[in-house]
Amino acid sequence: MTEAIKRPRRKDPQKRTVLPTLPPTSRSRRALGFSVAAAEGRFVLQKCDDCEAVTYPPREACPKCLSMNLEWRDMPEGGKLIAETTIQTSTNVYFRERTPWRVGTIALDAGIPVLAHIHGDIAEGGRVRMIARTDKSGQGVLMALPEQETENMADDKQLRELTCDPKHRRALITDGRTQLGQAMAKALSAAGASTVFVGVAETWRPFAGADALAAIPNVEVIALDVTDTVSVNELASEIGGKVDILINTAEYVRAGGAMDRDGIVTARDEMEVNYFGPLRLIQAFGPGMRFRGADGVNSACAWVNLLSVYALSNWPAYGSTSASQAAAYSLSQCLRGEFHGSGVKVLNALFGPLEEDWRQHLPPPKVTPEGLAKAVVGALQQGLEELTVGAVADDFLTRWKQDPRVLARELTQPEGA
Amino acid sequence: MSTNTSTVLPALAEALVSGKIRTIDLTHTLDPDFPVIILPPEFGQCARFRVEEVSRYDERGPAWYWRNFTCNEHTGTHFDAPIHWISGKDLPNASVDSIPVEGFVRAVCVVDCVKEAAADEDFLMTKGFLVAWEAEHGKIPEGCWVLMRTDWSKRSAADYLNLRDDGAHSPGPDASAITFLIEERNVVGFGTECVGTDAGQGGHLSPPYPAHFLLHGAGRYGLQCLANLDQLPPTGALLICPPLKIKNGSGSPLRVLALVEE
Repeated sequence: MTEAIKRPRRKDPQKRTVLPTLPPTSRSRRALGFSVAAAEGRFVLQKCDDCEAVTYPPREACPKCLSMNLEWRDMPEGGKLIAETTIQTSTNVYFRERTPWRVGTIALDAGIPVLAHIHGDIAEGGRVRMIARTDKSGQGVLMALPEQETENMADDKQLRELTCDPKHRRALITDGRTQLGQAMAKALSAAGASTVFVGVAETWRPFAGADALAAIPNVEVIALDVTDTVSVNELASEIGGKVDILINTAEYVRAGGAMDRDGIVTARDEMEVNYFGPLRLIQAFGPGMRFRGADGVNSACAWVNLLSVYALSNWPAYGSTSASQAAAYSLSQCLRGEFHGSGVKVLNALFGPLEEDWRQHLPPPKVTPEGLAKAVVGALQQGLEELTVGAVADDFLTRWKQDPRVLARELTQPEGA
Repeated sequence: MSTNTSTVLPALAEALVSGKIRTIDLTHTLDPDFPVIILPPEFGQCARFRVEEVSRYDERGPAWYWRNFTCNEHTGTHFDAPIHWISGKDLPNASVDSIPVEGFVRAVCVVDCVKEAAADEDFLMTKGFLVAWEAEHGKIPEGCWVLMRTDWSKRSAADYLNLRDDGAHSPGPDASAITFLIEERNVVGFGTECVGTDAGQGGHLSPPYPAHFLLHGAGRYGLQCLANLDQLPPTGALLICPPLKIKNGSGSPLRVLALVEE
């Protein structure tokens, strides 16, 4: 059985920080479809549209009928471990530093055998549940987990390499003035984060929930204003080396588009918070996190962007805010590129209308701050990079994947959203 | 220019050097975290003071340090021009760039309301209070500035704005005091230590925001977020408060100085 990992001791200041190394990175363009699904936590394999054969590893053509119509399809997660071994050394530096390492062959319920990473709690011949996740190089890999939850299952050394579990890690929540920030602090604390730094801007303005926020175990309320470069840089100077998970909860949302607005002051406020805010945070906290991607049990592991799903496609009723969120969404891709090689994952949580003041007049279904916080913590525990939260966001993403231009047409028509 | 035969300015210059006249800074530092007035969220808000480095002896400019700063015309210690309020919108020469500069250097009376403000955070200074002040310190001279001293500038940021769920709570003048200063004393302007020339609850007075409405309607000026008023005598000091010359500006952050005779 997996042993519970202990809260790490304070770092030996004489020891050099271990630099991130990577498992194999290269994938064919075709194979990236697997990584895309893994980032969402979906287990997919190629299935031939013509002969229905399932195939793995990724191929350009069906090995059975040579058809080019291989499509990524969701697969049943079950299987059986039929052979396993423990690797003692490797020519790859990443694995060399992490041996012994279990791998094995799984006979999938989907009908084919696959080679996968193996959780420590599975015995040979045992039933397994397959997961697909992105690894430290950002590529999709397969891991077999015990079919039933085991004690301390998440603490398995190999599994923890794929996840961003907040347990024993230190998180920074950038805005604790809102219900969302407060719900996030509560959820992180409950998930075992050793410290939850919570930023509060303009302490001279009282806010609801201040006392309850400060009373959450392991929460440390600190001054942070994402619209103020000096404030962001000062905080990074103090705690930049101990932020393992950064969750940007700051947002500025106002109804209205472009033509209906008078002037650009509100749009500028939207950009200050929604775009320049993350940009300031990236410049201040990004380099430290990138450096600390392999820094032990509490290595830097995740950057979390909370974005309205209308970042994907503009909803004119909130047109100007949507544009600022689209800018932030675009920036998240740049961030992924810049974090590549560090082992730090960028998690984009796209949510539907949130239950909060500036979206009060929108009809349900809405996402509660608690629901969003729970989903984000769950995604960190699973090691996801892409997440939609709420029925509106789920539906929106489905339509966006089907045809983003049809979705755009719909959005620009009355009642389109 | 004809030869200056006056002895006033050379004497003043000499007194400034000798220390017989002291220069007092009545200005708060422009700091990103200094409180600004908070309006209902549906309205446009006062921009906070912000700075962004352009270079700091680095690859962006190897030998020089300079920054962009942004703020509202009413951020930090600032000047209100008549055009700031709707009552002054049609007055001539009512923006900071067109106001006659004479009003920027004037005598100043400082009305001590410290005790009253400490006892009542919503203290309203009335005409009666000013009349009583004059009985002790003499008549407020024509064309001067009148500053309301409350020691509010010494409060912590949260207590300074003193925001509660029914709005801000801070002292200020009522309509009778402002009307008296304009019509019976012909002052050039009125200033406070608080975030505005009006009381925190000034929106509930009649007319709403009497200092803003009446002062600016009569072409007079406002100063707010002043500091160090405790270093000024009730009368006899000279105020220097030129705002930035912003085209059509409704106000401007500024450095406010006072000259005080030892």
